[in-house]
Parts: sequence; structure tokens; C-alpha cells
Amino acid sequence: MAKSIDVANLDIYYGSFLAVHDVTMTIKPQTVTALIGPSGCGKSTFLRSINRMHEVIPGARVEGRIELDGLNLYGPGVDPVAVRRQIGMVFQRPNPFPTMSIYDNVIAGMRLNNKKMKKAALDDLVERSLRGANLWNEVKDRLEKPGSGLSGGQQQRLCIARAIAVQPDVLLMDEPCSALDPISTLAIEDLINELKNDYTIVIVTHNMQQAARVSDFTGFFNIEGTGKPGKLVEMDDTKTIFSQPAQQATEDYVSGRFG
Amino acid sequence: MSTTTDLKAEQRAAKPVLQLGDRIFSGSAKGAGILILVVLAGVAIFLFSEAFPALVAPASEIRGGNGLVAYIWPLVFGTLLSAMIALAVATPLAVAVALFITHYAPRRVAQGLGYLVDLLAAVPSIVYGLWGFAVLAPASVGFSTWLNDYLGWIPLFAGPVSVTGRTILVASLVLAVMILPIVTAVAREVFLQTPKLHEEAALALGATRWEMIRMSVLPFGRSGIISGAMLGLGRALGETMAVATVLSVSGVVTFNLISSSNPSTIAADIALQFPESTGLAVNTLVTSGLVLFAITLGVNMLARYIINRRREFSGAN
Amino acid sequence: MSIDTQRERSPERELDTSLDAMPVIRGQLPRWSPWVGLVAVVLIVGGVLSATGLSIGLFAVVSAVVYAVGMYTASRVVEGPRKATDRLVTIIVTAAFLVALIPLVSVVYTVVSEGLSRFDAEFFNSSMLGIVGEGGGAYHAVMGTLIITGLAAAMSIPVGLLTAIYLVEYGKGRLARAITFFVDVMTGIPSIVAGLFAFALFALFFGPGVRMGFAGAVALSVLMVPVVVRSTEEMLKIVPNELREASFALGVPKWRTILKVVLPTSVAGIATGVTLAIARVMGETAPLLVTVGLATGMNLNPFDGRMATLPVFAYYSYVSPGVPREPSLERAWTAALVLIMIVMALNLLARLISRVFAPKTR
Repeated sequence: MAKSIDVANLDIYYGSFLAVHDVTMTIKPQTVTALIGPSGCGKSTFLRSINRMHEVIPGARVEGRIELDGLNLYGPGVDPVAVRRQIGMVFQRPNPFPTMSIYDNVIAGMRLNNKKMKKAALDDLVERSLRGANLWNEVKDRLEKPGSGLSGGQQQRLCIARAIAVQPDVLLMDEPCSALDPISTLAIEDLINELKNDYTIVIVTHNMQQAARVSDFTGFFNIEGTGKPGKLVEMDDTKTIFSQPAQQATEDYVSGRFG
Repeated sequence: MSTTTDLKAEQRAAKPVLQLGDRIFSGSAKGAGILILVVLAGVAIFLFSEAFPALVAPASEIRGGNGLVAYIWPLVFGTLLSAMIALAVATPLAVAVALFITHYAPRRVAQGLGYLVDLLAAVPSIVYGLWGFAVLAPASVGFSTWLNDYLGWIPLFAGPVSVTGRTILVASLVLAVMILPIVTAVAREVFLQTPKLHEEAALALGATRWEMIRMSVLPFGRSGIISGAMLGLGRALGETMAVATVLSVSGVVTFNLISSSNPSTIAADIALQFPESTGLAVNTLVTSGLVLFAITLGVNMLARYIINRRREFSGAN
Repeated sequence: MSIDTQRERSPERELDTSLDAMPVIRGQLPRWSPWVGLVAVVLIVGGVLSATGLSIGLFAVVSAVVYAVGMYTASRVVEGPRKATDRLVTIIVTAAFLVALIPLVSVVYTVVSEGLSRFDAEFFNSSMLGIVGEGGGAYHAVMGTLIITGLAAAMSIPVGLLTAIYLVEYGKGRLARAITFFVDVMTGIPSIVAGLFAFALFALFFGPGVRMGFAGAVALSVLMVPVVVRSTEEMLKIVPNELREASFALGVPKWRTILKVVLPTSVAGIATGVTLAIARVMGETAPLLVTVGLATGMNLNPFDGRMATLPVFAYYSYVSPGVPREPSLERAWTAALVLIMIVMALNLLARLISRVFAPKTR
């Protein structure tokens, strides 16, 4: 199910402003890749370009190549909507649909796409997804309650359940723990470790301990100054990045000596 | 290297893929927007085409026999006069009511009180017209007599006092009641938006409640009050039925507010004359309608301009 | 030199003096004083005025003035000028609110008390066909109002909703700015001008002197569309972008996202706005006066000739009652009462909708 991602010479623009310049990286299947770097360096922008969420913003566009198991996601005739079905995303702040129950939130991907399924199959999918998100035991008795009544950490796991219910190949996470307390953060990190058996995971985080804890590979993004584009400085095994990175800038950043 | 440039060129040329549903949906949404523009263009074109005969007709054929300007000018005067009086009465009252709801009333009842004032806006204008005719006009006679007795030296209250009370003063008061909820709603909105920090800073300096309001709430809400008043003015200028029902008109230009000879307003004149008019008279009325539209448009534009200018300033906070 | 003058005016000095003048512990009027003072003033003024001949209006005005002056003086003596001003403003603001309530109470009281006398079965099941003097009803006017308002709503709501969706979800650039601008222009159209427009439009096709219900519905639509667009736009704007992104990220196309996520989230606010817009145009008189006119009998076909509507019916019954006057005036009040009841019911319905359909958290 998990697929690899190959990025080659990727430039990302907002209008005429070049936000991210010349990123090339390979993300292996069934691994967790963490993207770290200072604020505004383009890591979230890069993440959003992987499932073409980037172009939701008017004027935003991409030049270069992103391949999912060899298929160019930006090739002619590729429907961005179909891309997003294969590459799921979890956002910074938990965003369950307020009009839907917990149950409906999990199957939102199916229902919103008008996919007809039997009730039993749906029940099964809900249970499987909620178990996959480590939330089943907490909510199994109140599946008909609104999703917005859950705690922040539970809501975020509900959003993960919602994302994996459409059975994507890749899961993108944009600072998924930044709005959560430490205990909920731990729960999500445990979950990421389990999810990597089935999915390719790319996570953006500001928390370097988190990157060190959950990821197999780490990419460091940096920016030379305001108005300049963000760049991928280096990418390597997480251990290498945090112990003996090749670039001085990376070492400064991971050791906290960064301005 | 050359392959990447080719690729980039190719991507620029490629059109974004859109689903059929998306195209239909966005197309119909866009169509609805365009329809509004078409309708407005229609409003302009049809009104002008109906007004045209009156614009080119010889002066003697216009009702009154003295030409278009002589016919419309007293109406413009009456429209402006009644709307201005209404505004002068309603604005201070509206500010006070908004202050009461936001800063004086107990919190539990404040929302209910706000709703009560909103109900005033929901009452149809014809009901206000009947009320003005049957209740306010007779009730005003005593007050008008008093004004004439003691303040008769002011031209506004020169008299002789109308015995029916169907005066421009009463019509203006009815208009004031009608625009009160509009001005109040806008003022209430901006008063509620006053940053809590400003209010608390004032209170922390030892200000009393009124001093706090004067220091933080009123300066913050000033442009909001102005634009609310302008919106109310726009409404008062265009209001038809209340004036048509209440006012006993004679088409004069006078500042005398309490006598029985009163200037009419454009809207009321159209409502009163239109059902019995044919031919050139209709064209004349449409022309006066265009004048009214131009006046209200100007007032509303000014209000929007003030609101938008304020929005730009507050964006920095 | 300059330093000296600065010190003269420095705020610190002012603060010093005012702090001196305002010790922490000082005279204070007891908590019950406003209420007791009010009762005392009312009793005294009431007593004096009833001895000289009572007028309720005079009584209220004199009481308010005496109370305000009395409280201000007492507070100034005991509590100092700043506190006294504060109390005075409190009294003025409260009084202003009470004054603003007078017309509302008076309107409702007048319409109910005058309108109840003909609030009977005959009013709701007969028209004015062949009625001179007593009897008759406004069944035809009620039906006319419902038909014309219904037609106007059927035309305005889809256009208004779609336009708002275009402006919030799709509209960028010059067309969207033009539409926003002209919707603003439209909100400022006086109702009588909307009526003239509809008349001019239909006169072009059917000749001068045309009167039909549909023309009235078109006029009402011109008034209703901008209200629907504005309120819907506001409601769509407060739907958080995160929900749209969540839906996009699940691979849901934009149009389904709008239909299934954005609209359901804001349906309470939209429905409230639409209901209030209907209530607003339902009471419009002027545009119907010039486009639809009035009929004495039942006419259910909005494309054929004059129709009666409640507001126009009330207007003509009141200003040209004929002889005898009384029955016609009574019918006018009852029509006004029915109109107010319908409009208030719609307002209550709007409140109810916003409460029932709002997204739940528990």
C-alpha cells in the first residue's frame, strides 16, 4: 500500500514570489520522514505541494517533478482531487467537521465522494480506522455524538482516522502536535510509529525531539533571509542529522545554536 | 537540464484538470453573479428610457407647468429636510440605546433587549404610517402648540399649528423611529468590538464607567456611528409609505415644521401620484425616482467609504 | 524656559491634584439610593401633577428631569463631580432606552387593540368583492401577499445564494469586485425605485398601465437579492478554511466540498438571513402600489392583472375609506395586525432556525 515519493528540482511559487527553490529528495515507502527548519522556510509549503493542496491558494503554482511510485503528480491530465485521495493529510489544528458525528467524520471521505457502501462495511471501516488511530476504545460508546465534543488530542486522532479511512498510500502531517498537550502528543507519536507499517509518512515539526523520536529520515530546510526562497539544506538518516550532519547550518540548528 | 526546462514549459501550457461537476457548479454560481449585474444594468436602462420623455418635454407640459426642475426641487427639499430631522433625532438616541445594551444593561437581559430593538426594524413601514397618522399625529398637536407658544420666534416653529398634526415634524419623527434600530444595530456592533484591553486600561486608571466609555468606547466607535447614521439616512431618504400616509402635502418649500402646508418627499409623491398618472406624468415621476436613487446612492457610497476606511485602520490592531 | 512651561502642563501634576481630590475612602451614596430616590420623585411629582390635572407624558418627563437633577446634586455633594457625572450619564442612557421602547410598545398596543375588533373568521374567508360598508375581509389580500412574496423568494434565494457562493468560494479579480460593488449599490435602492424599475420593465412589454403580481414579485426580488447575498456571504466567510482544506485533503472536489461541508456548516445562519429577508420584503408597500395595485376580488394568477396584497390593502382602506368610514378603518387595522403577526412569526422562526440548526458540540 505504501508508496515512494521522488521529488526532482521542485520550485514552488506564490504568484511571482519563489517560496521554495530546487528541492530534490527521495522518500522511501514505510518510513517516517521529518521535515525540520525555522519558521517560514517553506517546509509546510513543500508538504502541501506533495498532495497538491498548495494550489488551493490562488496564484500558487509549482515547477518541477513529484513522482508517486513513478507517476508524475503534476503531469498533464492528472486530477488534483484524485491525487489527494491517494495522499492524505493531517493539519496543524484538529479540524473535524462540526456538523457531523464521530462516525460520520470517519467516513466523511467516503460519503463526501458519494461512494455507496453497505452499512456493515461502513461499520467495519469506522472500527478499523478508529482502532488504527488508537481512538476506538475511547469513543466506541458515543459514535453518534458530534466530533467537536472530543478533547483536542482525541479530535486530532479522529482526523487521523478520517485520513486513513480513505486508505491513502501516503500520510502527510503538518505539525500535528503543535496544538496539543504533552500527553496527547505522546499518544500521536506512538500512533505514528504504528502507522508507518502501512503508510509512507511525512511529518513537518518544530519540535526537534519529536523529529528525533519518530522519524527514520530527516530533512532540514533553511532560508537565507526574508524574501529569499527556502531550500532543502540536507537530508539524511535522522541519527546522522542529529549527531554528525554534513552542513554547518544543520548542526547549528539541531544543537540550538541557531539565531 | 534541457529535459527539466521542457517539462516546465509543458506544465505551464497544461490546463488544470477540472471535474464536470466543478465546472457546472462554478459556472452557475458565476452566472448568478453576472445576472445581478445584468439586472442592475436593466434597472438603469429601463428607468432612463422611461424618464427620457420627461427630460425632453417642453416645460409647460410638465405638471405644474414650470418645468422639471420646478416640479422636483420642492420634493428634493422635503426629502432632505425630513431625513435630516429624522437623523438628528435618531442618532443620539441610537447611540444611547446601543450604549445601554452593551455597557449598562445587566448582561443576562442585554441580548433580549437587543432583540427587542431589532423587532422595531421588522415592523412594516405601512404599520408605522398608520400609527403615525392615528396616534402620533393627534398626540403631537399639544406639543406643537407648546413649541409655537414658547419657541414661535424660531422660523421652524412659526405656525400656524396644524390641527390634524399631519406635519413634516411628525413624519420626520416616524422616520426617526424607523431608522433608530438600523443606527442602533451598527453602533452596538462597533461598541462590542471595542478592545477589552482598552476598556480595562481605562478602568485601571481609575476612570468611572462614563469616563471609560468616553475614553475608549466612543473614540473607537466614532466612524461606526457615522456610517450607521449614513445607512439610516439612506433608508430615511427612500422611505415611502410612512411619509405618504402621515404627511398632508402641499408642495411648498418651507422650514416651518408644524404648519399644515408641508413639502412632500420624492418617494411619497411617487406613491401618491403614480396610481392616477398616465403618459408624461409617469415619465416625470420616474425622473424624480432617478433623482432619489442618485441621492441615496451618494449617501450609501459615503457610508461604505467610511466603513472601509475604518476597516483598513483597524487591520493593524 | 521650555522645561518650565512643560512642567506647568505636565500630566503628572494633573494626576497629583486629581489623586488628592479623590481619596480612596470617601463619601458614597448608599446602594439603595437610586431606587429609593426614583420612587420618591415619582410619588412627589405624581402628587403635584394629579393635584393640577394629570397628563402621563408630562408626568414622565417632569419625573425624569427632577430625578436626574436630584441624583446629580446629591451625588455631587456626597461623592464628588466625577461620580456625579457618571450617575447622570447612567440616568440619561437608561432614559434614552426607555424612550426608544415607547414607539414599539405604542405601535404594538395600537395595532392589537384596533385590529382585534375585525380579527374574525369573515376577515379570513371573504374578499372585498361587492362589499360596501360593513363586513368583507382580506382573504384575497393574504393570498396575494403569500403568492407575490413566494414568487419573489423563489427568484431571489437561488440567485442570492449562488452569487454569495461565487463571491466567497470562487470569485477573484475584477468580476467579483464588480459584483460586490453593485450588490452594495443594490442595497441602497429605495423600495419605490425598485417598483418603478419593475413597472418600466413590464411597461416595455405590455404597454403602459400594466399591473400584475409578477411585476411586484420582480420589484421585491430587486430588494431581496442584495439582502440574501450579504447575509449569506457573511455566513460563508465565517466557515473556517480548515474545514475546506480537510475536505480537499480527503480528495473531495470543490463543488462537493461546498455543498456537503461549507453549506451544512453555515446553514443555520443562511436560513436565518433568508427568513429575515422574506420578512422584510413581505411588509413592503410602495413597490406593490406601483406595480400590482389593488383588486377587490380574489386573483390567484400573478400573470394576469391587479392583485390585492395586505400592505396595499391596509393603506387604501385607511387613506380612502369611503362612506361609512369605520368598517374600512377597522379592516385596515386588522390587515396591519395580520401583517405584523406574519412578520413577527417569521422573525421568531429565524431565531428558532439559528438555534436548532447550529452545529452542536455535545
